[in-house]
Amino acid sequence: MKLNVTEIRKDFPILERETRSGVRLTYLDSTATSQKPLSVIQAMDDFYRRSNANIHRGVHTLAEESTALYESARDRIAKFINAGSARQIIYTRNTTESINLVAYSWARANLKQGDLVILTEMEHHSNLVPWHMLQAERGIELDFITVTEDGVLDLEVYKSLLSRRPKLVSFTHMSNVLGTVNPAAEMIKLAHEVDAIVLVDGAQSVPHLKVDVQALDADFYAFSAHKMCGPTGIGALYGKIELLEAMPPFLGGGDMIKEVKLRSFRANTLPHKFEAGTPAIAEAIGFGAAVDYLTKIGMENISAHEHEITEYALERLEEIPGLKLFGPSADKKGGVAAFTLDGIHPHDVAQILDQDGIAIRAGHHCAQPLHEKFGIPATSRASFYMYNTKEEVDLLVNGIYKVKETFK
Amino acid sequence: MDDLYREVIIEHYKNPGYRGKLDPHDISFADNNPLCGDHIQIDLRVGTDGVVTDARFDGHGCAISQASADLLIESIIGKPLEEIKKLNKESILELLGIELGPVRLKCALLSLKVLKAGVYGLGEASDELVE
Ligand SMILES: Cc1ncc(COP(=O)(O)O)c(C=O)c1O
Repeated sequence: MKLNVTEIRKDFPILERETRSGVRLTYLDSTATSQKPLSVIQAMDDFYRRSNANIHRGVHTLAEESTALYESARDRIAKFINAGSARQIIYTRNTTESINLVAYSWARANLKQGDLVILTEMEHHSNLVPWHMLQAERGIELDFITVTEDGVLDLEVYKSLLSRRPKLVSFTHMSNVLGTVNPAAEMIKLAHEVDAIVLVDGAQSVPHLKVDVQALDADFYAFSAHKMCGPTGIGALYGKIELLEAMPPFLGGGDMIKEVKLRSFRANTLPHKFEAGTPAIAEAIGFGAAVDYLTKIGMENISAHEHEITEYALERLEEIPGLKLFGPSADKKGGVAAFTLDGIHPHDVAQILDQDGIAIRAGHHCAQPLHEKFGIPATSRASFYMYNTKEEVDLLVNGIYKVKETFK
Repeated sequence: MDDLYREVIIEHYKNPGYRGKLDPHDISFADNNPLCGDHIQIDLRVGTDGVVTDARFDGHGCAISQASADLLIESIIGKPLEEIKKLNKESILELLGIELGPVRLKCALLSLKVLKAGVYGLGEASDELVE
């Protein structure tokens, strides 16, 4: 079904605003964080106005209500990615914390010196640094699936790395710079053939593609609410039951315990075992409202719309002399266009576009090694979501011509 | 705001007068702005009287960072090190002749940070140097 973008835009109050007098916002930075629909803002507002209380253990009305809202959101998030059960959805702060949870709990219990972990050259720092830290602590080995010139993973390199019997393969489902959608199902299948566990960074895929963790057969899957119409401060880790059951707890404290003695504790059951302390309750409820919103619009429809916008954007951007695009063609990627302009630093590009209310991002986008690979310190990045239009792409293109004029 | 890309800045960015390296030199220091990956190296030659006789900068980055480096180098040749130690944020903004938000200020101040860390013989260029 074709999206009615005019109607969708009405759901996002921020898209109405001006960045300075008379200049309407053109938001092309959803890869960094998406805007939030009214239904999400209202769900959180309602919670604080009506139901606010700490969750679990309370017997009063508000405590029961807030617990029910918190857990019902978990149920809907589980359904959204087709997890087998809500017990497999652990609330975290974001993708970064989800990956760190796996690195601290699963990896420290399962990896020893010399064990190989396979990552890729296109990872976000959040899927690199936790493994660097474990390498320093444990002496694990890291190796990397290379990225080809046109911005896709080299699967031949992957296969030869797999012959070295890695214990863990961890990769991003969709690159936040190149936009590349990696063949996750195939990569997971290959990893399982050599008995490796697979962690998928879904920060960019869950917001934009229909993700089915069971069909993918992912062992762990990490994502953030704030990139998928939800609030900041909440994310999730999906894990297979048998892995999560066997893992030691992550943080210790309230809620993650079944019983505490002065000198010992027994850990709680899933998912609470990994959720120590008072969580981000309103944010979890907002997260639930976000997946409701995405479900209502339909993930297939969102992907199709973004594809149309991206195809158009790449076509228009390619026409601009001196502009170089990074990443594969539109059929292999999501709604991301990273580029450089000859002789003009990305920061200057972003700054001049901002004068026309156009919000794009400039820098290394937390993927410094990938930029180094392409021999550039930084790129400008425009990214698209369900609320973006072709008219906004035109504004971007006109803005870039203005940048070139300034530096003429 | 539109002033940010005044002609002087574009001019110093595109045609810097003091880009390059000095070999030999008496002082050399380099640092990055991790935010945008700007990189600046500054080489100085200093006379026995403590006066800068020649200076160059090298590196890459946005127009603001590179133009401010070029303007800064231009302004310090012939100056005693003691005077350079007194330069601060205001000195750079005066050279650039623009107002800057907090993010771009970091770009503008990178060259001064590098210069002062070099002049003081410090291991690291810290933000306090340009307050
Ligand atoms: C591919 C990818 N992984 C991980 C992250 C980290 O997400 P968060 O900052 O929400 O933890 C991001 C966010 O930019 C991302 O794009």
